[in-house]
Amino acid sequence: MDFNFTEEQDMVRDGLSRMVREQYDWETRRKAIASNEGWRPEVWAQLAELGILGMPFSEADGGFGGGAIDAMVIMEEFGKGLVVEPFVPTVVCAGGFLKHGGTQAQKDEHIGGIVAGSSVFAFAYAEPRGRFDYADLETTAKKDGAGYVINGHKAVVIGAPWASHLIVTARTGGERRDRSGVSVFVVAKDAAGITTRDYVTVDGRRAAEVYFENVAVGADALIGGEGEGLALIELVTDEAIAAICAEACGAMKVAHAMTVEYSRQRKQFGVPIGSFQVLQHRMVDMYTAYETAVSLTYLATLRLSADETERKRAVSAAKVGVGQSARLMGQEAVQIHGGNGVTDEYAIGHYFKRLTIFDSEFGNVDHHMKRHVALG
Amino acid sequence: MNLEFTPEEQAFRDEVRTFIAENHPTELGDFGMREDMTREEMVAWHKVLGTKGWSVPAWPVEYGGTGWSPTQRYIWSEENARANTFMPLPFGVSMVGPVIYTFGNEEQKAKHLPGIRSGEVWWCQGYSEPGAGSDLASLKTTAVRDGDHYIINGQKTWTTLAQHADWGFFLCRTDSTVKAQEGISFILIDMNTPGVEVKPIKLLDGGYEVNETWLTDVRVPVENLVGQENKGWTYAKFLLAHERSGIAGVARSKRGVEKLREIAANETLDGAPLIKDYDFAKKVSQLEIDLAALEITELRTLAGEQAGKGPGPESSILKIKGTEIQQRLTELMLEAVGTYSAPYYGSIANDTGSNEYAVGPAHAQHAAATYFNMRKTSIYGGSNEIQRNIITKMILGL
Repeated sequence: MDFNFTEEQDMVRDGLSRMVREQYDWETRRKAIASNEGWRPEVWAQLAELGILGMPFSEADGGFGGGAIDAMVIMEEFGKGLVVEPFVPTVVCAGGFLKHGGTQAQKDEHIGGIVAGSSVFAFAYAEPRGRFDYADLETTAKKDGAGYVINGHKAVVIGAPWASHLIVTARTGGERRDRSGVSVFVVAKDAAGITTRDYVTVDGRRAAEVYFENVAVGADALIGGEGEGLALIELVTDEAIAAICAEACGAMKVAHAMTVEYSRQRKQFGVPIGSFQVLQHRMVDMYTAYETAVSLTYLATLRLSADETERKRAVSAAKVGVGQSARLMGQEAVQIHGGNGVTDEYAIGHYFKRLTIFDSEFGNVDHHMKRHVALG
Repeated sequence: MNLEFTPEEQAFRDEVRTFIAENHPTELGDFGMREDMTREEMVAWHKVLGTKGWSVPAWPVEYGGTGWSPTQRYIWSEENARANTFMPLPFGVSMVGPVIYTFGNEEQKAKHLPGIRSGEVWWCQGYSEPGAGSDLASLKTTAVRDGDHYIINGQKTWTTLAQHADWGFFLCRTDSTVKAQEGISFILIDMNTPGVEVKPIKLLDGGYEVNETWLTDVRVPVENLVGQENKGWTYAKFLLAHERSGIAGVARSKRGVEKLREIAANETLDGAPLIKDYDFAKKVSQLEIDLAALEITELRTLAGEQAGKGPGPESSILKIKGTEIQQRLTELMLEAVGTYSAPYYGSIANDTGSNEYAVGPAHAQHAAATYFNMRKTSIYGGSNEIQRNIITKMILGL
């Protein structure tokens, strides 16, 4: 049993921390998310240069041989700076599908672009009526010769406006919500028949509704076995959950520190409000919620390679616990900031918004509580 | 970073498990704590461990500690929880022992540490007073110097299991002219000294585990002062931090959740096992999730200790979360047994002569009493509100 990070992991954290501090200051971020592009491709290029985008891939696949713990270290730093660039959709999700389910040809075709920063992916899994059930799909992929034809509507595809490629889930057989019959495809976003409706998310990112109308793909677009994609989706999304839990921990750490500092500066009744016990104890409970979240994020991350039941239990525990902590942290931080907490000007509100949307990604507290109960 | 045991640690676990299986006194069964335990029963396992050299694992090796790593200590508490052993009480092993080997003189170490290790000498804690609870430094018990003795007068309360105690460690005021914290001394008192009187306090679960301790003109030799006169507050705080580090009770709570699942599998609701009811199962899952978080938090703290940081203010988090979980666990046990939470089992004579319980299922018998008893956990050891004050000051820096 060991809770130490390796020297390399400490170096990655230090380097990324410096980069976020120096190049992702609040004003720069504000301008970038309000710009037409909504992100900074030059930041993405720099992440590629630093080796961050290649970190979780094996050396054989052209990466740097890192794993889930490295992703956790990276995501925590992204969370501290509310970094909007699409590391999770591209590296964790698309990268995960390629690593765990891709053929050698698919790896050869796509991983190099991810590592170099030239390919950006979005993960189109959610649907307007599917909620958090990855098998509840109305999107279909019908066999057509050697390939498939995809039709359907994918909802809130994070990072899609920036993406060159999409990972899309579709039903190739079985009934709606059946565990079998789910398949995963990789598609170029400019493929004929794909249209998108792009928009801004409340937490400063970009997303799109993505429509597939008779989109023809080859057999080589299928990742994993036909109709056997659900287990792969569950594995990759569990990895994504661990990653965004680490992101939430980073955001919570900053939100807490900001709140404590604000309570030191802000005076009412002639004294700093941080001298009031009623606020002190609430800030202690926020701190405890943060530490709880860190512990559960460690647990989920370290159990990603365990057997399926143990992995799912740990990941659901983390999504529940971190979700509860994030909700508490965001609401309390805003409350203690008083009126300033509900302005657009103060950074705390933006941390609140990210910590709020976190819950809706890859299953909320209720969803993962149900999964935890079902696992017994 | 990983959660796996090394082959050496697995071998250690096997050694511990075998040792417990072969040496835990069979007459104690696997009840853990029972209301009617005798002093001999409560120290039986302690004495076995004393002989083996495992009664004070966390102490420095030169004073009889085992030198185990944090992971080994974790394994040790897991295995004891698994077998539901009655562990050595904290008053000697975790409280006064560390104060004596850290601040005491050579004579005190030689006189007291062996009895603590072996379990021969029973210690109690004289801290709280009727007027000094959370505001412990306002304590009024006085120790006045008279030649080579102190004359001690005052009243202590919540003295746990003092009815069995041979010795007690007491906080007494030796200077009332200075700031409250600066006039307190840490004094060891032989509980058989004339003028020491222990009176039981009956608790709401019907049990007898705490006392009032009255001290009337008790003459104590000055060599029983630990460390320097008027520096007792420093030692008291040191002791409380040590007390809190083991207070999370993770291994015991894990065992408790297993028991809860067993009970809920045997109770029924709408003709199905209670554990199949989503509302109830959800509460169990929430408890398990919070317990998993606490377990990792404790392991992180232990790892920090191994890296040379003493038990710090983080132990206050362990105290708060650990006791909240212990209380919720007993609350769910109470809910699980349903209507059989109501009978006061202390009033029900078992006149059948059999070992069966007079009414209701066996697992219901302790549910209410344990629930009521465990309300103490968020109050003792520095109430959970006091822990929040400590975190405010030490971690938030406010």
